Amino acid sequence: MISRGERLANYVILTAFAAFALFPILTIVLAALSPDDGAGPAGQGFSVAGLHVGNFGAAWEIGRFGTYLRSSLAVSLFVVVVSVVLSIMSGYAFGTMRFRGQSVLFYLFLLGIMMPSEAIAVPLYFDLRTLGMIDTFWSVALPQVALSVAFGTFWMRAYFRAANRAIVEAARIDGASVWRILWQVLVPPARPAIVTLTVLVFMWTWNEFLIPLIMVTSESLRTAPLGLAFFQGRHTSGFTLLAAGSVIVATPVVIFYLFLQRHFIRGLLQGAVRE
Amino acid sequence: MIGHPPGEPRRVAYLFVLPAFLVYAAFLLYPIGRAVHLSLYDWDGLSLGRWVGLANYAAIVADEGLRAAFGHALVLMAFYALAPLAIGLTLAAILNHAKVRGLGFFRTVVFLPQVVAMVVVAVAWRRVYAPDGTLNDLLGAVGLDSLTRGWLGDYTFALPAVGVVGTWFETGLVTVLLLAGMSRVPTELYEAARLDGASALREFFAVTLPSVRGEIAVALTLTVIAALRTFDLVYITTRGGPGDSTSVPSYEIYHRAFGLGQVGSAAAIGVTLTVAIFAISFVINRFADRGMS
Repeated sequence: MISRGERLANYVILTAFAAFALFPILTIVLAALSPDDGAGPAGQGFSVAGLHVGNFGAAWEIGRFGTYLRSSLAVSLFVVVVSVVLSIMSGYAFGTMRFRGQSVLFYLFLLGIMMPSEAIAVPLYFDLRTLGMIDTFWSVALPQVALSVAFGTFWMRAYFRAANRAIVEAARIDGASVWRILWQVLVPPARPAIVTLTVLVFMWTWNEFLIPLIMVTSESLRTAPLGLAFFQGRHTSGFTLLAAGSVIVATPVVIFYLFLQRHFIRGLLQGAVRE
Repeated sequence: MIGHPPGEPRRVAYLFVLPAFLVYAAFLLYPIGRAVHLSLYDWDGLSLGRWVGLANYAAIVADEGLRAAFGHALVLMAFYALAPLAIGLTLAAILNHAKVRGLGFFRTVVFLPQVVAMVVVAVAWRRVYAPDGTLNDLLGAVGLDSLTRGWLGDYTFALPAVGVVGTWFETGLVTVLLLAGMSRVPTELYEAARLDGASALREFFAVTLPSVRGEIAVALTLTVIAALRTFDLVYITTRGGPGDSTSVPSYEIYHRAFGLGQVGSAAAIGVTLTVAIFAISFVINRFADRGMS
């Protein structure tokens, strides 16, 4: 049994740390809801119960976050769908089949998990420039598919290795093709693993900064974090609109995380120390 | 070691691996090869490059600025990896041991910093550290006005200030990982320790700590890599300054390739960073494996 004093001490420590974790986030949310401190006429929007929600509209207009969110959404959607489908396919092969060169290929994919994007971004920039691909959707999306597919292959392989062999054998005896076995037998029960992978890839892609920073010059291709960085450089008169912009950029992932966090954390924990 | 999967030989496997491999090879394997190639040249990104062999790598050892950048990365590792590990072990032990209410809420809150885009994190912390920012307000409120300063503009405090941000966003991840490990420890082990008359502290070092070796290895690997890859945070908060007191390798890569036109040097730093990450992950996991057996 735990003494009352110990219990109290525990709560004090946990509360103190929760406050530390929330403090910078609250700083920014509160600033976004306070009266505009900028010099300009911006942010004079309406307020609800003393909270200046109009700041979000003003930041949206002035910071052109609509454009940035749209390109972030397009890039993230593409990277998530393509890399999750490709990872399921390659993870299936590595997890349930045997073929020549398998371990070498798998080690090659493993390298990619630790490969920092900082190391590949520079040569990629100059090669894509030669190919005239700089400042296109592809120069932002494809490198991120490559980075995500490395982890995804590893992740799905671990899952499929542990999957039930008997069901796969039964399906084969029934004459199901390898393609059908994957999508109709193995994938449905793999949903939790796939959800975790989807959340991770979405998070990484949405928050990625260096690759869009290097690859993109036109405003219409700027992703949300990049747009926020530029907004910060341009808009120096006050913090309110910058804070509102920050909230706009952070919200989609936070909502996604809060919705799926139960599944997500469970999946993360099961996967992390599996092998 | 990677054993054979239980499956049977199948040629069709290549077709399943191929699409992923093509993207991976074109946008990751080939570029890293090109990085090695570029790192052997003195090249400004425009004119013809000049072969310099390993001179760019020699410069990493000889050039004071570059040495400093790698030194700063080591300091950041203490903030990104060691501090979160110490705090995370404490928090996870408390959460696992005491049946506290609101475990789910707490887990969600401490993990939240991981989810928020680093650019947003950097903007928020810039505000906290600003001369008229929240931290100085707090110090003023408790009568410590003498300590107030522009934290990110201070030669002594800028690097630790960046480091604290790392501690802030990695601690939640480490705590959640360790908590998972601890909740898997069989309760009989604790009961046995209790019967032997072990104190809470002894119990922690004799039972809890050895059982979460694997989780510690995963947590250290992830956080050390994050420390070595600090880019967005430095780009937004300090741009390496004041002076070069917060320059880090990943920022140097960007700055040299796109600011100074030293592409070869940038590539060499990138390759070195990659090798460092591989080596450190290998060593950490070696240690964890040895501990297990």
